[in-house]
Amino acid sequence: MHIAEEQSERHVLSITVTNEAGILARIAGMFTARGYNIESLTVADISEDHQISRITIVTNGPPRVIDQIIAQLDRLVPVHKVSDLTENGPFVERELALVKVAGTGEHRIEALRLADIFRAKVVDTTTGSFIFEITGPTDKIDTFIGLMRELGLVEVGRTGIVGMVRGKA
Amino acid sequence: MAEMSGADILVQSLIDLGVEVVFGYPGGAVLPIYDVLYNHPKIKHVLVRHEQGATHMAEGYARSTGKPGVVLVTSGPGATNAITGITDALLDSIPMVVITGQVATHLIGSDAFQEADTVGLTRHCTKHNYLVKSPARLAHVVHEAFHIATTGRPGPVVIDIPKDVQVATAPFERPEVSSHVSYRPQVKADPADIATAVEMIAKAERPIFYTGGGVINAGPEATAALRELVELTGAPVTSTLMGLGAFPASSEKWLGMLGMHGTYEANYAMNKADLIIAVGARFDDRVTGRLDAFSPDSKKIHIDIDRSSINKNVLVDLPIIADAGSTLADLIAGWKTAGHKAANLSEWWARIDGWRAVDSLKYPADTTEIMPQHAIAGLFRATRGKDVIITTEVGQHQMWAAQHFHFDAPNKWLTSGGLGTMGYGFPAAIGAQMGNPDSLVICIAGDASIQMNIQELGTASQYRLPVKIFILNNEYMGMVRQWQELTYESRYSNSYSDSLPDFVKLAEAYGWTGIRIEGPQELEAGIRQMIETPGPVLVDCRVAKLSNCFPMIPSGAAHTEMLLDPGQVSGTMADEAKALV
Ligand SMILES: Cc1ncc(C[n+]2csc(CCOP(=O)(O)OP(=O)(O)O)c2C)c(N)n1
Ligand SMILES: [Mg+2]
Repeated sequence: MHIAEEQSERHVLSITVTNEAGILARIAGMFTARGYNIESLTVADISEDHQISRITIVTNGPPRVIDQIIAQLDRLVPVHKVSDLTENGPFVERELALVKVAGTGEHRIEALRLADIFRAKVVDTTTGSFIFEITGPTDKIDTFIGLMRELGLVEVGRTGIVGMVRGKA
Repeated sequence: MAEMSGADILVQSLIDLGVEVVFGYPGGAVLPIYDVLYNHPKIKHVLVRHEQGATHMAEGYARSTGKPGVVLVTSGPGATNAITGITDALLDSIPMVVITGQVATHLIGSDAFQEADTVGLTRHCTKHNYLVKSPARLAHVVHEAFHIATTGRPGPVVIDIPKDVQVATAPFERPEVSSHVSYRPQVKADPADIATAVEMIAKAERPIFYTGGGVINAGPEATAALRELVELTGAPVTSTLMGLGAFPASSEKWLGMLGMHGTYEANYAMNKADLIIAVGARFDDRVTGRLDAFSPDSKKIHIDIDRSSINKNVLVDLPIIADAGSTLADLIAGWKTAGHKAANLSEWWARIDGWRAVDSLKYPADTTEIMPQHAIAGLFRATRGKDVIITTEVGQHQMWAAQHFHFDAPNKWLTSGGLGTMGYGFPAAIGAQMGNPDSLVICIAGDASIQMNIQELGTASQYRLPVKIFILNNEYMGMVRQWQELTYESRYSNSYSDSLPDFVKLAEAYGWTGIRIEGPQELEAGIRQMIETPGPVLVDCRVAKLSNCFPMIPSGAAHTEMLLDPGQVSGTMADEAKALV
């Protein structure tokens, strides 16, 4: 017997929650308990009175499962609202990465040149290394990191994405 | 404002919320609360023998009275012992509030004596949970916890209270009816959906109501509305294990339970229907059998208060996210306003009668041994006309009870459906008896299951609860043995109940009356003696050891692949089927 797998889709979910103890564990734990995937998760307080946080989760699964994920999130007591950005039309998604590259000579110059093309900022430098700060959609950052790999990539830190629907609403 | 200790605030809040009974067990981390409960004039504390017992008692109390069950246990092992019952309540949507003691706030995280991360451990087996770090928050949290436990889809809520919070004081004010800012269950259906549903029902040629525990949770108005709507539409009714009693089994519209051990007519009618009206049921795998073969030609209306139940297992045509009772009332009103009359369903009923004629619950007669089904039928006959509440353990006896005991009213049938917890039935009977002192409460048990919480014999003795336990003793974990017979060529690996105690002597040791029934001639008199003997009675009813529970839809099979008798059993199964529970 073999275990069958279904086709999955990537979805970006934006969740507003009451800022209370254990909320992140509740959400992250629900994903593991029910066997859902988390590609990335970001969370931060977004309201003036610090009562509400926005959590952005990138997940993947067959449409049926995405539907369940949203319903399961929605029934958690501290969850105010779940929006499926992928479903609700055009949206902006951004993440930030810090990328450390070490090298000298040609490699160092090439790294700087590429950083310029990708609009990455130099936020730290020594004679043998740079830390670049880059923001953008996930695939742009992936590409940049891929290029840096050939030029002396040392380490990467990424925030995971935050997203928002375009337009007024 | 007068200051009160956390423990006083807790107990006062329980009183304000109408709590009368708490099932609990003391320990270091709840001593301040126990001190408040010492000789308390308003709150009755039932001292259990194991915290799991307390949780099932609370479930039995809740399911039979409609009121939330309340549990009080200490930190660490007290809390971990309660987890099975909490999970059971989550799966069967039972309103329950569990108060756990916790080590003092400054000790949390230090691996202190009897510290366990109770909110962490119970996060995914509760509807919601709290760690209360200040006595000033306590009254609000307790009120909110009861609100969450009892509204929407009911479920268990845990309140973890560190010992210093029980001792420290704060001003006390009775909170307004409080709800969490983001907790707003949807109870009212969209009128457009009601209109669509009414039209679908009116047009259907082969409709069927498929009802579940949600109808019972929605209260007596919901069961009354179900009866009326069935009357108006003339459609047949089947129900899940959890929904038994919502619709009277004595009605000619009743097809019996559906699913793995459901009747032939219920499962065939589901399979051949052109419209399923699911009310407070969740298309669980024990009900649907093989999903791709489940009721292939029907449109499906699904009424459920929990949005996550919709399209979870089966895709439906019309979801209605709302309370079952209010939706059924809306459907009745919509039906009447539209001026619909019951359609002529005589062709549909003729087919159903054909399936009924199969008589799928028949069992072979035996004159030397008691057939377990016969024992249940005898119990049913002997208790007719009495106000009887039946609880069960888990196994063959549970399914036989569901098949051969018939319920005409809700809240009279208490069983562990979702989690299938052996050890549920007996404590649940104690809880039900606490809530219904005048009812005849009988736990139909198996020889293996009863041993899982047998220590509660002492609890029933202590509180003089006249609970009856009726053990169908087949000297096997019968349901396990049956699956081994069906799937593993009768290799009975570890399913024989070896070294059983002498149940009669055991009962007597606890001050109960013990009765043994050994043969068919003793059955009727034994049952009568059990009913007529005051106080708690345990019956060890020796039944045929190798009986199997039929009909049965094996895991992963379609409704139409139902096995009716042992002759159809091959003794082996494909790996795909073996992999299913
Ligand atoms: C706590 C727990 N452990 C294991 C099981 C698996 N299980 C289901 S039925 C059963 C056997 C029950 O035997 P008994 O109580 O004698 O009932 P019978 O089937 O013989 O009527 C077992 C072990 C369970 N449901 N619950
Ligand atoms: Mg048994």
